[in-house]
This record gives sequence, C-alpha cells and structure tokens, in this order.
Amino acid sequence: MDITWYLVLSALIFATGVAGVLLRRSPLVILLCLELMLNAGNLALLAFSRSLGNEDGQVFALIVMVIAACEVVIGLGLIVAAYRRRIPLNVDEFRKLRG
Amino acid sequence: MKEVVFFAGAIGALGGAIAVISLRNAFYSVLALIVHLISLAGLFLLLQGEFIAAAQIVVYAGAVMVLYVFVAAYVGNVDEPLWEPIPGQRFLAPLLGVALFTELGIAIIGSGLKSIETEGPTVGLGFGSPESIGRLMLERFLIAFEAASLLLLVAAVGAVVLAARRREGAGGAGPGSPPKVPGTGPPAPSPRSSV
Repeated sequence: MDITWYLVLSALIFATGVAGVLLRRSPLVILLCLELMLNAGNLALLAFSRSLGNEDGQVFALIVMVIAACEVVIGLGLIVAAYRRRIPLNVDEFRKLRG
Repeated sequence: MKEVVFFAGAIGALGGAIAVISLRNAFYSVLALIVHLISLAGLFLLLQGEFIAAAQIVVYAGAVMVLYVFVAAYVGNVDEPLWEPIPGQRFLAPLLGVALFTELGIAIIGSGLKSIETEGPTVGLGFGSPESIGRLMLERFLIAFEAASLLLLVAAVGAVVLAARRREGAGGAGPGSPPKVPGTGPPAPSPRSSV
C-alpha cells in the first residue's frame, strides 16, 4: 500500500471532523469531532514516519495523544460545570464567558 | 493481505467518523468513536507503529472513552434545537468539509514528495517498538516529553478545580443533592462564585 492512501484517508477523516464541528451544536459531540481531527493528524504523522523510515513521527503521535487527553479532561470538566449551573448545553449559548 | 487489512481498517475508521457526526444521540456518537479508534489502531499496526497502536487502544479507547461515556451518561442526551444562527448552516458545513477534503487531496496528490508514492523503506525489526520509542523520548525529545507531563499535571489540577462541588452557599446544588434537570423547579438562588 502506498503511503498516499493513508494520507488521503487522513484527509477524509479530518474533513469529517471539521464538518462535524461546524454542524453539531452539542459541546460533547464537538469534543468528539476534535478527537477525530487529532486522530487524523496522528495517522498522517505515522504515515510520514513510515515513509521516511524513522520514528520521530511516532513520538510526536504519542505527544498528540497526551495533548488530546488534556483537552478531553478540561473540556469535559467545563461541560460538567456548565451542567451543574443549569446552563443549556448548546454552543450557540456559550458565547458569554461571564456567568 | 495488506490491502485487505487496510481497507477493512479504513472502512471502520471512516464509518466510525461519519457515524460520530451523524448520530443524534451523543451516547451512540461516543460508541462510534470507539469503533473509529480501534480501526485506526489497526492502521497504526500496518504502519509498524506497534507501541502507538497499543497506546491508542489502552489510553484512548480504554481510558479516555470511559470518561466520555460517564459524562454522556451524566449529562444525558442534549437535544439540539432546529433553529440555526446562520441560515443554511446544515448545507454549508458539509460543503466546507468537501471543499477542505478536495484541497487536501490536491495537495497530497500533487505534491512532489517521491517517498509517499512507495510503501516506505524497509525498516528493521525494532521499528516502533517500546524500546526505540522510549529511547527517543528520553534522549532526543526529552523537552517535549517533560512539557507534555507538565501539561498533564496542569490539566488534572484544572479538571479538579472545574468539576469540584462548591462548598459554601449550598443553595440548590448543595453536596449530596442530585443536579436538577434544567428548566424544572424554581430557579435556584445559586451564588455565582467565581471559579
């Protein structure tokens, strides 16, 4: 399999994630779509790492996973905090940062 | 054989991704993302990233997704209103996704990189093994590793601060009382404590 196939698949997944972020209104699903985009980036990193024959890309894929975990923790914390304060979970109404 | 595994993984990954953005129930979206992540781990194995594939399954599909499942169950299903702030958003958004994919596809196919048109060079047996990844991480990429660990610490502290129950001024959402569904009951005199 050519590396090009992996890159095209990665572009497809990334475009799906972008469409999801623009389409959905629930913050939970938007976080899931961010995960999709990060994973598409991971796939591209691994594909380039394979095509160049060194492992630097794999190390960075691991770092991306760590950053994704941080993003998930903070994002889900925000969602739980908003739910506790009875703020409707809809990104169109999250415009003001002031409580 | 490689082609079969690749297309099986690609169909799983793409189908999971499309299911994530098209299913109405957030809980099903989380489950679709798990399918996506596991298929992607198969593709990582095909690219000889053994350790990354294992980490993907253990950390992502295992730990992170459990967090998502709990929050999706806690918050419940969020019904999205049909009103759109931008008219025609539901047609414009997929259009923009297709446009982005077209642009990326042109960039990939038209790139002058010769190495992406092959399967990649033959690599040794230890390529992508925990040993070599760990060696790289603790020698060449030590700063990135330490920065990531610091970021994890900050995120953990931030999550505790964000999700901790407020102790003082326990009005409607005191410790022990279940959170009410928004819209039911009288508006609680919740003190807006600054977090």
